[in-house]
Amino acid sequence: MDYVWAFVVGGGICIIGQLLLDVAKLTPAHVMSTFVVIGAVLDVFDLYDNLIKFAGAGATVPITSFGHSLLHGAMEQTKEHGFIGIATGIFQLTSAGIASAILFGFLVAVIFKPKG
Amino acid sequence: MSDKFDQKQYQNTIKTYQPKPNYLANCIKAFIVGGLICVIGEALTDFYMKVFDFSEKEAGNPTVTTLILIAALMTGFGVYDKLGQFAGAGSAVPVTGFANSITSAALEHKSEGLVLGVATNLFKLAGSVIVFGVVAAYILGMLRYALQHMF
Amino acid sequence: MAKIGKQTWLYNQQIYVNSTGTAVGPLEAQGPLSNTFDKKYDELHCNQDNWELAERQLMKDSIDACMQRAGKDKSGIDVILAGDLLNQNVTSNYVAKELGLPFLCMFGACSSSMETLATGAALIEGGFAAQALAVVSSHNATAERQFRYPTEYGGQKPKTATFTVTGSGAALISKEKSSIRIEAATIGRVMDYGATDPFDMGSAMAPAAYDTIKTHFSDLGRMPGDYDLIATGDLSGVGTPILRDMLKEDGYDVDEIHNDCGLMIYHSDQPVFSGGSGCGCSAVVTYGKLLSDLEDGIYKRIMVVATGALMSPTMVQQKETIPTIAHAVVFVREEEE
Repeated sequence: MDYVWAFVVGGGICIIGQLLLDVAKLTPAHVMSTFVVIGAVLDVFDLYDNLIKFAGAGATVPITSFGHSLLHGAMEQTKEHGFIGIATGIFQLTSAGIASAILFGFLVAVIFKPKG
Repeated sequence: MSDKFDQKQYQNTIKTYQPKPNYLANCIKAFIVGGLICVIGEALTDFYMKVFDFSEKEAGNPTVTTLILIAALMTGFGVYDKLGQFAGAGSAVPVTGFANSITSAALEHKSEGLVLGVATNLFKLAGSVIVFGVVAAYILGMLRYALQHMF
Repeated sequence: MAKIGKQTWLYNQQIYVNSTGTAVGPLEAQGPLSNTFDKKYDELHCNQDNWELAERQLMKDSIDACMQRAGKDKSGIDVILAGDLLNQNVTSNYVAKELGLPFLCMFGACSSSMETLATGAALIEGGFAAQALAVVSSHNATAERQFRYPTEYGGQKPKTATFTVTGSGAALISKEKSSIRIEAATIGRVMDYGATDPFDMGSAMAPAAYDTIKTHFSDLGRMPGDYDLIATGDLSGVGTPILRDMLKEDGYDVDEIHNDCGLMIYHSDQPVFSGGSGCGCSAVVTYGKLLSDLEDGIYKRIMVVATGALMSPTMVQQKETIPTIAHAVVFVREEEE
């Protein structure tokens, strides 16, 4: 069942994105930025955590999870370090994603040639 | 002459000439491709949990990293843009789309050198996601922290 | 005086197209007009290291093909008029640098093809040049990366989008007699009907084509029936029916004689959305197909209306609308003695 819910929830989030592109005529950059902010907002009251428990990768793979992880990492650090934890923890959980995206993006750019 | 094509009416009149996006087909394609990418993510998490004995939380990072690697390679091989034309948000919303926006911008500016081309332009498209994510998380974090410590 | 009516130049002296040359990329080479092009590449890089060099190569190839067909040396050219779509017209500037000849750089977006030709003919008419070369180019990847997104970015384009033609077309003109005479040109005005969508250039440019064609008819007192073909540059599947209906409102029915270069250059099953665009589009179709059909006697008088969207990504982001322009040139067939 895990796989079914991952498919349905992940696909469902993409449908919302598609409607924002087609109907609201937003640019991809606007849609992605909106999604990240929504992800962060949903982390308040732990709503996004419940979605992850329910849908697994269906909730962690879409970009909304990036916003959630930013806030989540920040809040975890505040438990130990107080207010300053917001700044030190904000990239705590997303570090692997950002670092690997930078590394792989760079390496691919070095090795490949754009195909057009 | 009727005022159908009058400068003020024009944008309204031409709506009938512009082919509409196939909303339903686009949504179905986005749903299937986006859903499948998430299923691959779920399978990768399972794989890392079973083979490396990671907890579900620990398996999250290698899962995302693997997806990003796959998307970066597909961008290099010139396939991700074709997937994107087919799937729309289905391949843009998952973290693989984030990797594609970084890799494609870096790759495109290779001709201007590694420093001014690749490195400078790496976040040209993905930058807005990080900026809005951090600003929103920072502000919400401060609010939440303040609420927690006031009551 | 050579100026007739509001915006039309009627060349009093006999000015001819002596030779043409074209070079195209892979998708154009697979299209229905493939055998009308001189130089064809089977990959988008045209054996070059980057996209800008590839476009430059195309422009050099079209000039070479043009001069070769004319059997003339480049040193005899009095002035080169060139244009492309890139910032600072880099393709034209760098090609002109290599040629080392007097050079006028022009930008009219995709309308540059006819803008360069009309101006070149005017310079010959005025005696400022005996031989002029008009050349333009566009490249799908250079245009994508400058105006839209990186070429490998997975963004979804709508059906109204057009596909920038990879190609360059050149024409050599002088008073030396040939079977193709440049009879007249109508210089367009900038039109802005409030278009904002960079993925729908066809509907943005239709009013510019309409204004130029209508003015042309009234300046010369002509009707659509005076032409065997009116070819617009790159209105594509969206702009073409709009233009026809706009002209119908004024009583000009062009349905039978109008075609669009953006619709002619590709097969309908090629992945090009609503059709081809770019200054290479009208240039390679005109200099490759249309003028040779004119030479073969299939047509006697044709008008090419090159349409250009004067679009800037910065202006679009600042929520400005997209201005457009169209320039028309009339070619007539003359019996060679």
